[in-house]
Amino acid sequence: MTNQELKKIANQVRKDIVTALHSAKSGHPGGSLGAADIFTYLYFEEMKIDPKNPRDPDRDRFVLSKGHTAPGLYSALAERGYFPREDLLTLRHVGSYLQGHPNMNETPGVDMSTGSLGQGVSAAVGMALAAKLKNKDYRVYTLLGDGEIEEGQVWEAAMFAGNHALDNLVVIVDNNNLQIDGTIEEVNSPYPIDEKFKAFKFHVINVADGNDFDQLRAAFKEAREVKDQPVAIIAKTVKGKGVSFMENQVGWHGKAPNDEEYKIAMADLEKEA
Amino acid sequence: MAELKKIATRESYGNALVELGKEHDDLIVLDADLAGATKTGIFKKAFPDRHIDCGIAEGNMMGIAAGLAAAGMVPFASSFAMFAAGRAFEQVRNSIGYPHLNVKIGATHAGISVGEDGASHQCCEDIALMRTIPGMTVIVPSDDVEAKAAVKAAYEMQGPVYLRFGRLAAPVINDRPDYHFEIGKGILLREGTDLTIIATGLEVGYALEAADRLAADGIHAEVINIHTIKPLDEELVLASAKKTGKVVTVEEHSIIGGLGSAVADVLSEKLPTPVHKIGVRDTFGESGPAVELLKKYELDGDGVYRQIREWLQ
Repeated sequence: MTNQELKKIANQVRKDIVTALHSAKSGHPGGSLGAADIFTYLYFEEMKIDPKNPRDPDRDRFVLSKGHTAPGLYSALAERGYFPREDLLTLRHVGSYLQGHPNMNETPGVDMSTGSLGQGVSAAVGMALAAKLKNKDYRVYTLLGDGEIEEGQVWEAAMFAGNHALDNLVVIVDNNNLQIDGTIEEVNSPYPIDEKFKAFKFHVINVADGNDFDQLRAAFKEAREVKDQPVAIIAKTVKGKGVSFMENQVGWHGKAPNDEEYKIAMADLEKEA
Repeated sequence: MAELKKIATRESYGNALVELGKEHDDLIVLDADLAGATKTGIFKKAFPDRHIDCGIAEGNMMGIAAGLAAAGMVPFASSFAMFAAGRAFEQVRNSIGYPHLNVKIGATHAGISVGEDGASHQCCEDIALMRTIPGMTVIVPSDDVEAKAAVKAAYEMQGPVYLRFGRLAAPVINDRPDYHFEIGKGILLREGTDLTIIATGLEVGYALEAADRLAADGIHAEVINIHTIKPLDEELVLASAKKTGKVVTVEEHSIIGGLGSAVADVLSEKLPTPVHKIGVRDTFGESGPAVELLKKYELDGDGVYRQIREWLQ
């Protein structure tokens, strides 16, 4: 797919995120919007998947370890054809299959139930290990927040993945520099993130602009070439990307736009399209 | 009672895994640097490629188990009960329980019969923790025969299972031709009319001993082995309570939240019956030889007998 096509899809994913959150009246727009290009690249370019056969044992897997950005994942899945886009309006509503955090048993295309930070990455490691044990060549991708990596379990998982040389595993860190209580430096800095993953025997790829498809393409291409090491892609992104008043604003980590804000957000995204 | 052969159920766990491993190559055993103690080392020797040591990182081990199960394998994640159910509670709850993944948790060194290691390693809270997780099956085998049958049944069922094993060698009490293990079905070991003793795990043997002593006093106790705490065999519990009108529960676990609570939950709702819970009385354990600790905490045959006599008065 061309960058232009990917951009168009990412723009639609962003509109879907904002619309779903507005309908839900709660949820996490900042991280969902910031990672929209990563979701788009994974589901439209990188991963070997078939929306008609979401349980294919040979498919590539994606684990959203930062499960609170489920609206981003759901919007990408809907665009990719896993379920109807209209259903995004049921996000977080009673009885909906689109839960506040991903549920693998309810939502087509969701490979792991996540939401409690630090846990998804271990499950992704388990899936990558299963591929090695069964001699399968599927790949496993997982997206973590930069605040999330303050959880010790992330490093337990990293130590295991490095020691087991899981070169079918790609850990992506969504490095938007913000967590609920402030910047990640203010709260409990995990920097230097790249050096840490290197120390855990990862091949590390720094992406200066994780909202740029050329740079994402180069990173994921490089990741495929790596042998005998897991890969960590540290992608700098802009939290709230695409919505003027949400960009780089910590206050938009976990609240939904009201009617007024929704109009402005959609107008912003319409302009970009 | 004649002298019985004794085997620790953790030993049975390791041996059962080897037997199952021969037949099923989707069975993977995980451990967290305790393979010698949990006895998964026996499996490691037989199937080195299917034994994965995750190191001292139990939370991550549970997550890896979840990922393996999501990819179609059947992992047995092994550690001490304290760390499997305690430290990794939230991983078990969120990464295994919530998605209802096919992970089997083999938790050894449960209860105070851990012995000399003391309170930090004596988990008396695991049954309570595990049985509150929706969809979790909780099994506490009483001896070698039952433990092996339980491991096999756990493999054969779909969904998460918590298996509780002990460190102390336990008398083999189920070695008889008509023994039949079925998850969720309690076993009536002895019929009686005066009271019902419902026991689990290591305490089943002691409950039988206590019943012998009670019989000598002219008190006829019915003895039930509840190896599956969840789902509980409500039918058997209710039928026996209806018959005897008095229930005593015995477990090597806190009297808060374990077998006693599970039984009381059912009886208080469906057939209010006096229940006396014998177990660890809301306290931590301590160091000492297992047999001496069981005596001190009144969880050996003599202690159980005396507590029942007291309650009956």
